[in-house]
Amino acid sequence: MSNTKFKNPVVKWIDHRLPVFSFMDHELNHYPTPKNLNYFWNFGSLAGFALVTMIVTGIVLSMNYTAHVDYAFDSVERIMRDVNHGWLIRYIHMNGASFFFIVVYIHIFRGLYYGSYKAPRELLWILGVLILLLMMATAFMGYVLPWGQMSFWGATVITNLFSALPLVGESIVTWLWGGFSVDNSTLNRFFSLHFVLPFVIVGVVILHLVALHRFGSNNPIGIDIKGTQDTVPFSPYYTIKDLFGLSVFLSFFAAAVFFFPNFMGHPDNYIEANPMVTPAHIVPEWYFLPFYAILRAIPDKLGGVLFMFGAIAVLFVLPWLDRSSVRSSQFRPVYKIFFWILLLDCILLGYLGAMPAEGIYVILSRVATAYYFFHFLILFPLLPYIEKTKPLPISISEPILGGGSTASAFAMREKK
Amino acid sequence: MTNASSNFFYNNILNFFLIFLIILLSKVSFAAGEKISYPQLNWSFSGIFGTFDRASQQRGLQVYKEVCSGCHGMRLLAYRNLKAIGYNEDEIKAFASENSVNTINDDGEVVERSARPSDKFVSPYPNDKAARAANGGAYPPDLSLIVKARPDGANYLHALLTGYIDAPTDQKIPDGMYYNKYYAGNLIGMPQPLYEDGVEYADGTKATPEQMAKDVTAFLAWASEPEMEDRKRLGVSVMLFLLLLTALSYFAMKQIWAPIKEQ
Repeated sequence: MSNTKFKNPVVKWIDHRLPVFSFMDHELNHYPTPKNLNYFWNFGSLAGFALVTMIVTGIVLSMNYTAHVDYAFDSVERIMRDVNHGWLIRYIHMNGASFFFIVVYIHIFRGLYYGSYKAPRELLWILGVLILLLMMATAFMGYVLPWGQMSFWGATVITNLFSALPLVGESIVTWLWGGFSVDNSTLNRFFSLHFVLPFVIVGVVILHLVALHRFGSNNPIGIDIKGTQDTVPFSPYYTIKDLFGLSVFLSFFAAAVFFFPNFMGHPDNYIEANPMVTPAHIVPEWYFLPFYAILRAIPDKLGGVLFMFGAIAVLFVLPWLDRSSVRSSQFRPVYKIFFWILLLDCILLGYLGAMPAEGIYVILSRVATAYYFFHFLILFPLLPYIEKTKPLPISISEPILGGGSTASAFAMREKK
Repeated sequence: MTNASSNFFYNNILNFFLIFLIILLSKVSFAAGEKISYPQLNWSFSGIFGTFDRASQQRGLQVYKEVCSGCHGMRLLAYRNLKAIGYNEDEIKAFASENSVNTINDDGEVVERSARPSDKFVSPYPNDKAARAANGGAYPPDLSLIVKARPDGANYLHALLTGYIDAPTDQKIPDGMYYNKYYAGNLIGMPQPLYEDGVEYADGTKATPEQMAKDVTAFLAWASEPEMEDRKRLGVSVMLFLLLLTALSYFAMKQIWAPIKEQ
């Protein structure tokens, strides 16, 4: 470990004993990153930013929130009305959840398009799916906390899903609720878990980053780094690009927070929870709608639950379902078409999840659900046997540089 | 090759916006799934630069006080909050003192005292059951959040208040129910609240049902989102800052990447 790169004697002293500065210098400054990453590679750092934003605003909110069925709704309104800038903190947190899912979903589809889950990045992908699962649990429990009508009835519907499990189902639901209905003890434990799970997510995110830095980022053409001519140091090239991406992201985010803060919410959640009055349509938050559509598409309750969880479970084994050794869709002309079909299929499922479960919507839900599983369980394993992939470039710098060799960006930076 | 990669870059950006648009549109069509459509009014408080009309809000408070507050509470609003719609402290004190609240005195007895600016709006009924009992089983909802708690809240409220028409001849109206063309199912427990000259406006505005509906909606929209003007004002500054940051970081990025792109 070279200890000479730091001029500050205090930093030098600490780094000699605890090499955190070397670590940061290595992972955030010198870290060699493919030079051809496009803007879709911004979404990982955006997701990290969203996570930190949610934790910071969430901690502040928790200081003013009361987790009790009689006070929860009013304490949120007190935050909105009487706490200084409480409305801002709460709207950031509320819309932050939606934006967190937007960037994470784009991040996931980026991985699907460019084959980022393939060897040697299988564990990186699996950790990512685990983060998604934890996010869903956290978001679900967070939505219960304001104790509005959708909070209460959403919690009732989703926790009741576990009653579909044979033999132990009913007992599990009672255990989850801490009673015989969604009530004060349910709210209390959801608050507790909603507070702690984000820190579990931080832990898994750290593992996700360790796994990422083992082999470095995938890239749009999906071939391995051949040498320093293929990479640039993370800083300043990707720190500035991430800053630009963050500015664009924040512009969308701020527009939602300041001008359309309730656009992605449901009006019914401004009515206090009432166990005696069921809303006409119980709809989950938009980011759960595709899964909700799959749940309702299956005529059997247990079957629906299994398919809904199966929709995420297939993501865990995706690295082994996909038999193609070519990562990027740029060189997989047939898969590329199916990728867009899958994306449209998921958007269609999201739309159907928001519609009442009747008539044409049910039929469409079943078709879309069938396609989703067809795509993962049949298309991924079998397509490589019939698809003729395009020839891969020799290296990352070749398609960009037209074959010419140049000094690496590392060398250039040293010269400056 | 460079051409191909820049084309690819534009495709990506295009795709991103398409995805974003589709998400937004799917949500819009979902919100528009309601069967009944209401007249869309041009509210002073809608839009990015929208602000509340103080005079209209004050007239709306009068309508609430003289008409709605007979049955509907506004438990999340405090009298002191009326400062935001242009009343001074003395006016608020006087307004609050017209109501009384229960308190416990030093001898432990429950006594009445007149309400202070720090008190929340006094509800017309002591509890939900009393409210139901007094209204033939129909619960008059609290109005503190009503505009936020209904899809397209302001237009819905205005429509509902002006939507009382004669029922079609084949429609049976049960006792204690009224016909409203904008209410889901058309049968509503609330009798028509607004009639010509139902209140007498101090500023001389003619109190037509249409005018009163607009005014009370403006007042209730503010009660639902008292932070709205601050929020939009701050939002404009934040957006300007972010535009500048976006532009600066874009050109900084272009400059830093220039040597790499030129290779």
